[in-house]
Amino acid sequence: MPLLKIGSLTVDYRTSRGTIRAVEDVSFSLEKGETLGLVGESGSGKSTLGLSVIRLVPYPGVIVKGHVKIDGKDIVRLPEHELRFIRGRKVAYIFQDPMTSLNPIKKISAHFAELIRTHEPNVKEAKALERAKTVLKDLGIRPERINDYPHQFSGGMRQRIMIGLATALNPDLVIADEPTTALDVIVQAKILDLLESLRNAYGMALILISHDLSIILERCDRVIILYAGHMFEHASSTELHRNPRHPYTQGLLQSIPNIELADQKLAAIPGSPPNMLNLPRGCRFWPRCSYVMKICRTKEPPLIDIGHNHFVRCFKYSRGRAKS
Amino acid sequence: MGLRSYIITRILLTIPTLLLLLSMVFLVMRVLPGDPVALHFEKKATPEQMETMRRLLGLDKPLWTQYIDYLWGLVDFGYFLEHGYPNLGKSMQTYEEVGGQIFSAFPATLELAIYSMIIASVIGILLGVVSSKSYNSILDHLIRGFGTVTYAIPIFLLGMIFQLIFGVYLRWLPTGLRLNPAVDPPASITGLYTIDSLLEGNLFKFFESLKALLLPSLTLGIILSGMFIRMARTNMLETLRLDFVTAAKARGLKESTVTYGYALRNAFLPILTMMGLQFAILLGGAILTETTFSWPGLGRYIVDRINFRDYTAIQGAVVMFGLFVTLVSLVVDILYAYFDPRIRL
Ligand SMILES: Nc1ncnc2c1ncn2[C@@H]1O[C@H](COP(=O)(O)OP(=O)(O)OP(=O)(O)O)[C@@H](O)[C@H]1O
Ligand SMILES: [Mg+2]
Repeated sequence: MPLLKIGSLTVDYRTSRGTIRAVEDVSFSLEKGETLGLVGESGSGKSTLGLSVIRLVPYPGVIVKGHVKIDGKDIVRLPEHELRFIRGRKVAYIFQDPMTSLNPIKKISAHFAELIRTHEPNVKEAKALERAKTVLKDLGIRPERINDYPHQFSGGMRQRIMIGLATALNPDLVIADEPTTALDVIVQAKILDLLESLRNAYGMALILISHDLSIILERCDRVIILYAGHMFEHASSTELHRNPRHPYTQGLLQSIPNIELADQKLAAIPGSPPNMLNLPRGCRFWPRCSYVMKICRTKEPPLIDIGHNHFVRCFKYSRGRAKS
Repeated sequence: MGLRSYIITRILLTIPTLLLLLSMVFLVMRVLPGDPVALHFEKKATPEQMETMRRLLGLDKPLWTQYIDYLWGLVDFGYFLEHGYPNLGKSMQTYEEVGGQIFSAFPATLELAIYSMIIASVIGILLGVVSSKSYNSILDHLIRGFGTVTYAIPIFLLGMIFQLIFGVYLRWLPTGLRLNPAVDPPASITGLYTIDSLLEGNLFKFFESLKALLLPSLTLGIILSGMFIRMARTNMLETLRLDFVTAAKARGLKESTVTYGYALRNAFLPILTMMGLQFAILLGGAILTETTFSWPGLGRYIVDRINFRDYTAIQGAVVMFGLFVTLVSLVVDILYAYFDPRIRL
């Protein structure tokens, strides 16, 4: 049984201006210890998908269809009080902005003590703090600083603390939602290295969310490319790197700067992502696609299995081409 | 700037503020039509008698001399040591010391204000939190509706409805006065009857004063609660959206920990500040409440004396209100600094 199995997941935001289908018909599964990257432009639904895994899609978002099974248990249908045993303990979430993710009026010690004692009520306060100090030491933070408030730490240190909170209970899955976007480049690499070493040490599965395909290819076993809520391509990192099939993925790969080819041109993808309240008919990428065919403007392409566990949502790969 | 020098600056700043307030009241009272001496004698005095009275009250002197005399009295330290309150002049109506009258009426207002504030905060924060947690549901709309009604309903009307139901019809609670006239007030230590009777160890007097306090403070508290509901709801909605609240939920913390320990404790600081700012409105409401419930406080004192153009009494009472509002906002600022670790003490 896979650790996480998502099937035809569809999430809507019911706003006053209309319904935004932020995630549509997403399916994939994740084994224990595996790392998966979610890549997409801003607004493609990465966070919405990530938060669906712990059923924390913000108001006015609703999971309208599909299932999210963790160890075979569908959390979409779980009562709220049972969700608490999944959140933090089985699945931990690391948010994008460490500056705003800690409670400004609670000490770091309180953050750890609350977490540990919520999930392990028998642990005494002092014992919980001892454990928290060990965690901090592993993260490269002096244990005495446990009595400081969040505002006394830098952004990089706060993200370390968030990682510490996420891994303190040794969860099966950590979802890191653009954990380094808010940090400067040098700190970014350090944080990602830290995440990777903890993952190796404890064997957790990881879903790493990023808009940067190169980071994902470097650090994840598998990749899902999201576009306007749809899975566009799904393959292992090596396969996707060697053999990108979707025109969108190809565009993304070409826009990664390559140090070896010093004067290559960055092929940016023309145009911008669609308006989610007014999606184009047919494939939602066609207005930006250089391979657009007649059928793309009228019909939505299905996710096509092209072998080697490689899936693409594009009519270019439908068997015998399309009957328009 | 350290907290101590901040407090000292704030206290020093209250002096020009109060002086400005005092000067305005001083002028406005004398510009308004109505003559305190004529009103004192109810037109039954001879011109000679009125002239004597005018001289006695210093009203025959030029305006600026009266003003200087009044200010001079305020800083009369010998008087302060002798009486225990500053020299606010003599009442133009009763010729008693205004300072003394104000200091004996003020505790009644203070006690009413404290209890109303407690009731308004409890109702306001509780309903505000519930409302924000059930955002856009029927419950949310009901609570907001209640808040709007409390804005619109006049204090005296709500007060009279309460008097009719709980006083006249059910006969559970007294409809006026601070204490049943058959009961001796407790020895004055703080001037607050509920506290003084507890200090005296007299539970009977405590419950008697509490009973008397209940209707007026409930009236004023409910009227103010609408504003507090709205403040609490808005601030909670804002705070509930913040990342650290979502992050706390993502760690599986209990709903109550997230609501109170994370959202409310952070929303509380802006709520506290706004409550401090609403305090002036509370005192305005206290004037109307005191009139409705024959509550012998400063508010009723002002209303009584304004009819007689009792210049000195009004000046004293208004400055006392001003001082009270200033002190409350200072205390709120100190509390803010105390509760927020980001402000270094
Ligand atoms: N609370 C909300 N209310 C309404 N619409 C929302 C809300 N949150 C997200 N959306 C919409 O849902 C879509 C997906 O948003 P989401 O935040 O999941 O994207 P993302 O890929 O994480 O983007 P980013 O890289 O900017 O974080 C967007 O079109 C966004 O406008
Ligand atoms: Mg996001």
